[in-house]
Amino acid sequence: MVSFPMRRDDAAPEENWATTPLVPASSVAGAALAVVIAIMTFLAALTAGFALLLTQASHEWRGQVGVEMTIQIMPRPGRDLDADSRKAVEVAANFAGLSDARPLSKAQSEELLAPWLGAGVDLGQLPVPRLITLRRDDTKPLDEIGLRSALDAALPNANLDNHAVWMQRLTSMADVVVASALGVFALVLTAMGLAVGFATRGAMAGAKEIIQALHYVGAADSFIAAEFQRHFLRLGLRGGLVGGCAATSLFLALGAMSRHWITSAGGEQAEAMFGAFALGWNGIAAIAALSLGVAALTALMSRIIVLRSLRRLD
Amino acid sequence: MVRFENVGLRYGMGAEILRDLSFDIAPQSFQFLTGPSGAGKTTLLRLILLALRPTRGLITLFGEDSAALDKSAVTRLRRKVGVVFQDFRLLDHLTTYQNVALPLRVLGKDETSYRAEVLELMDWVGLGERLHAYPPVLSGGEKQRAAIARALIMRPELLLADEPTGNVDPVMARRLLRLFQELHKSGTSVVIATHDLNLMDQFDGARRLVLGDGRLHIYD
Repeated sequence: MVSFPMRRDDAAPEENWATTPLVPASSVAGAALAVVIAIMTFLAALTAGFALLLTQASHEWRGQVGVEMTIQIMPRPGRDLDADSRKAVEVAANFAGLSDARPLSKAQSEELLAPWLGAGVDLGQLPVPRLITLRRDDTKPLDEIGLRSALDAALPNANLDNHAVWMQRLTSMADVVVASALGVFALVLTAMGLAVGFATRGAMAGAKEIIQALHYVGAADSFIAAEFQRHFLRLGLRGGLVGGCAATSLFLALGAMSRHWITSAGGEQAEAMFGAFALGWNGIAAIAALSLGVAALTALMSRIIVLRSLRRLD
Repeated sequence: MVRFENVGLRYGMGAEILRDLSFDIAPQSFQFLTGPSGAGKTTLLRLILLALRPTRGLITLFGEDSAALDKSAVTRLRRKVGVVFQDFRLLDHLTTYQNVALPLRVLGKDETSYRAEVLELMDWVGLGERLHAYPPVLSGGEKQRAAIARALIMRPELLLADEPTGNVDPVMARRLLRLFQELHKSGTSVVIATHDLNLMDQFDGARRLVLGDGRLHIYD
């Protein structure tokens, strides 16, 4: 082959120039796509985070409500509610599977109505039912049908409420909200996928001459696709991490604020619905995984689109 | 090495711009492809490079029928061909060094494995002081030499050069021609598309392929 004269050593490059991306790294479209990915990741992380909080809260509701049952003693003319309450506790005490049976006094029962009727209302003349709270013993099975029959036989004015209807409603509501959140999550990801698709095609159109030159110097389609994949992976990582960090920061801030508000009535309601906004390490790990997943999805989509486009180009 | 048999090319439903081209490019041969501007020299080079498909006829490259090649086979064959484009096709966001090294980079080679070779070639074509420069700041002649170096770095079996001396002064043109001659002597087949008669006169032994009116006339 041609014998080329040796060059001077002092002109050797000081760095490995081959690391310069073949797809130009900085462009207005690339920066815009990183912003779009950041926003979409933020929205997806918020949706997923709220769905996670609600799922956790729903499990807590079900756990709390499920271990308790209530006997209601309805006021009837001629019946002594205190005696009926004691009788109901005696009946319940005969059943294994219950760890505790605690009757609420008249005053305690009236207190429960205070949020609806207001404080300072004299309820002495109203027929307020008495409640006995029963706590299940997790270690022993409870004969719920037998308990209901025994109560019916002993007290005609007693009702056993196992909270099944309430739990069913809570479960249904939580399921609907979580399903809606997942739907929004899927829509956000779809929108992001479309944005990545448009951006990839735009980047390919902008790099048409580069692609042509690469083909002429012997680059395989897979090599060109890998270059685009690297370019979009960088954009996806940048956008995904910014969006994920923003969502994590928001959840941490909401958690801190909820700890301040917990004493107010509104704070109690919010805590009942969503817990203490404490996403926990699992939630933060899920958002981190989402951010990385978004970057991987961006890279993978761009690779597929580039390969398909190059095949059509042929 | 390259064989054209009754090759014709037309764009769309228009008239044929190249008609009944039949010729061979033998291994270790040297030829000029010439003809007036617009005669189809660049188009013919693109046909040889398999960047265009003929409307009719048979093109065989390195013994393989181009009509039967899939994309990976085309890529494999292109790696045996060095091309110098008239418009250089250098990538503006890469340095001159990176542009010259591009054919080796697309093979997935480690940069340190070819650095010395690239630097040696760049020095030889007179670009040893322009390693860090980007194409937009290179002169026309420097771009030309960078494009030539990029075409040679793979030590191709066939070199296609489209007006390789169009942007350089006569001294540099002679130097580049000597480079092509050395390359030819070392076993590479060379096709130089040019309408520079002085350049052709400097190499009497070369075959001349003359394009005119869409047809090819060969003067051995």
